Amino acid sequence: MAEDNAGRIAERDGFIVTKGKNKKQLQCDTDSSAGCVSQRACVYCGARVVLNPITDAIHLVHGPIGCASYTWDIRGSLSSGAELYRNSFSTDLKEQDIIFGGAKRLNAAIDGLVEKYQAKLVFVYSTCIVGVIGDDLEAICTAASQKHNIEVIPVESSGFIGNKSAGYRAAGDALLRLIKPSEPIVKSNSINYLGDFNLAGEAWIIHNYLRQIGVELNVTFTGDSHYTALKSAPKAKLNIIQCAGSMLYLAGKMEELYQIPYIQISFLGIEDTAASLRKIAATLGEESMIAKAEDLIAKETARVEAIIKGYRDKLQGKKAAIYVGGGFKAISLVKQFREIGIDVVMIGTQTGRKEEYETINNLVDDGTVILDDANPAELERFMMEKGAHLLVGGVKERPLAYKLGIAFIDHNHDRKHPLSGFEGAVNFAEEVYSTVCSPVWKSLSKSGIDRGVTDHG
Amino acid sequence: MAEKNHVHYRDVNENPCNMCMPMGGILALKGIEQSMVIVHGSQGCSTYMRRHIAEHFNEPVDVGSSSLNEKGTIYGGEKNLRQALDNIVKVYHPALIGIVTTCLAETIGEDIERITGQYLIDKQMEDFPIVTAATPGYGGSHFEGYFLTVKRVLMQLTAATKKNNKVNVIIPNMSPADIREIKRILELMKIEYVLCPDFSDTLDRPFSRPYTKMSDGGTKLVDIKEMGGGLATIQMGITLDDSISPGQYLKDEFGVPLYNLAIPIGVESTDAFINTLVEITGKTIPESLTKERGRLLDAMIDSHKYNFQGRCVIFGEPEMVYAVTKTCVENGVFPAVVATGSQGGKLNELVGLAVTDFLEKSNLFIETDFAHILAASQEAKVNIGIGPSDGKYLTEKGGIPLVRLGFPIHDRVGGQRILSVGYTGTMMFLDRVTNTLLENKYISYRSSMYEKYYQQG
Ligand code: SF4
Repeated sequence: MAEDNAGRIAERDGFIVTKGKNKKQLQCDTDSSAGCVSQRACVYCGARVVLNPITDAIHLVHGPIGCASYTWDIRGSLSSGAELYRNSFSTDLKEQDIIFGGAKRLNAAIDGLVEKYQAKLVFVYSTCIVGVIGDDLEAICTAASQKHNIEVIPVESSGFIGNKSAGYRAAGDALLRLIKPSEPIVKSNSINYLGDFNLAGEAWIIHNYLRQIGVELNVTFTGDSHYTALKSAPKAKLNIIQCAGSMLYLAGKMEELYQIPYIQISFLGIEDTAASLRKIAATLGEESMIAKAEDLIAKETARVEAIIKGYRDKLQGKKAAIYVGGGFKAISLVKQFREIGIDVVMIGTQTGRKEEYETINNLVDDGTVILDDANPAELERFMMEKGAHLLVGGVKERPLAYKLGIAFIDHNHDRKHPLSGFEGAVNFAEEVYSTVCSPVWKSLSKSGIDRGVTDHG
Repeated sequence: MAEKNHVHYRDVNENPCNMCMPMGGILALKGIEQSMVIVHGSQGCSTYMRRHIAEHFNEPVDVGSSSLNEKGTIYGGEKNLRQALDNIVKVYHPALIGIVTTCLAETIGEDIERITGQYLIDKQMEDFPIVTAATPGYGGSHFEGYFLTVKRVLMQLTAATKKNNKVNVIIPNMSPADIREIKRILELMKIEYVLCPDFSDTLDRPFSRPYTKMSDGGTKLVDIKEMGGGLATIQMGITLDDSISPGQYLKDEFGVPLYNLAIPIGVESTDAFINTLVEITGKTIPESLTKERGRLLDAMIDSHKYNFQGRCVIFGEPEMVYAVTKTCVENGVFPAVVATGSQGGKLNELVGLAVTDFLEKSNLFIETDFAHILAASQEAKVNIGIGPSDGKYLTEKGGIPLVRLGFPIHDRVGGQRILSVGYTGTMMFLDRVTNTLLENKYISYRSSMYEKYYQQG
């Protein structure tokens, strides 16, 4: 359409490629352009979503109220114990504090909360203006730490210092401070599981698998984790990483500081789940684990494939569009769609990295549109151009898909059903089926009231 | 009388009962024909607000951001804001652009008035309407942001024109279904009107093809221009401070008589609305409305004994809180706790006047949070909550069932379709309240009687 072309923003050109059409490198990992209606959140958000699942911590947002309000209980992370993390605490800065500084209020807030909740751990998140008014978070937190004899850790997450990835890094730094041992480390035979936030119990599903193949799990970062468990992180002998976007930095640091090697795994889809279990067993190198892993895979794959086949028969040949937060998730999704007979025709992420986009490029068919930091106008354009039947995305993308009259899958933080592991593969297929094959779409394709009336004759 | 006004100037907000100013600005601007909004600040603010709005309305909510980064924060955001304007114009071709500021923009002292003025000159677009509103997140809640922005719209668009026959109706943040009901009543009474803002279509648009980035509907710019010549203004903003009152502005600037009324929920408030319309226009009340009123009275009698068992907590935006309080009072539901996270305006005074008939005293809290609301509700043995979704905290922690009303409703579908105004809306609201009370009674009736009276032997 001529109008659409006229409405294209030239500076976005580098962030969009069509596989096979041109050899140019996709641009990524930069700040969003002003006025492009980016779907991205901010540094604070990145940090908050990573740390928030720590169940027994006080999560205190130092800033004005909005930031805390919009992120209250934002994730469907589950807890097997403490519930403290499900509160949203804020210093609720007002005009006066902006002028005179928010230090006093922050001090008082920490004092009040520690007294009321007896927590061992406090995270203090800085928001946009805290960075500008220059409250010395570090000094305040150190003093509070000493005063209460607990850990008060600043999270340097001022909104304007970068994008969501900078927030992941800020969270990583906070975690590194937390896990720093005060005594020499005694290594154990266990592993840490990084980058699972226990949405709808996903970390629990993976724990069960690991238990079944004889792998001892030390601690999960950060799904259903707590102060004491996290403290023990350095003693693990291997780190496995699910969400690479948020955890690669931390894993790298842990390797450097505590000699814990890491491997990337993915528990999304049958193919990746099976491959990951094999990879973990092989890396740990115990014969019995390898055998048990094969048993588990064989048993679960047979069970799950029988169910999925039914869905695949219905879904064969449909086309999917993907727009999710991180690159690693996007990669897994391509494979997972394949398992249910669906081709990916458009794929993008908010914060994917160069290497991830390369993998994506190798994985998808010619003609697939790949894009970084997209906006509603672009999503609309390419979904329509490519004839996508469904979109995978988060809350903001859902109404767009529906308004375009196409199916939608939630892959967001507040979903209430797990998508990980064999269990998740079934849920995924079922969800795709429930939306793509819903009778709802039939109502839309009729040409309207007029025809409905005359048809009776 | 209500207990003394409890203002919580405390150091920590535990679970916010309000959002920040620019959020209100976006909602208001979404009610103006073919308008686009730019949030001047870092990327996260706009994304979070979009997400919240999208969840409530289930509509695509495109909002631009000037995506301020570190550089923009240090050297000023002019370049970013200009670029945002460029891109928004290019992709959306809006008829109006609203710019709301954030904490960050206000703290670094952005002069958006000057920047946009210069922009329009440079682009030779002097006639293009740009509405600016200074809405620092720390300056007030989304409630104040909403009305301030409506006032700014009028300040920048309304002109002195010759007298016309229209009644200006200033609409608060109510559901699209409510707005449509107000319009239906006006049309039944054959009254000419300008409703501002009107997001009944823009944030609740029908499914239709092809999809357009900008939705139809919203208050027409020509109509806003002529509001200065209106017959009178009815503003559903009885709790408002004059400083943010759009109706007061029209009165001061153009001499348009102002009728500041409560949102028409309940018999008395709906009567006031309709009688005021009669007073202003001399029109008669149609038979069908009289019948609706009769049906409401009938419904009220049917339910009054059940309602008398209700002890409720009402929370949310001051204007809605007041309207609901009055309706509860009218029906014998005791407003044990009345609360808002916003500054409250004249709420304190008004609630005091409304609750005099009960044997007990109501507790009123302004600028409060859910931790306080829960504690007060438990102390007052509240058995029903009325307000937005975040009140689910009261259900989870305190077992208080919730009738969802207001903004945001993000854990149920249909927030945009909840009808509560006018005689018919009130009837539906009342049924929701009564039935929630009944449901709760029936659930526990057998066990509670057993516990109370059954004795062995
Ligand atoms: S409180 Fe300030 S920084 Fe936070 S979302 Fe609102 S405007 Fe943005």
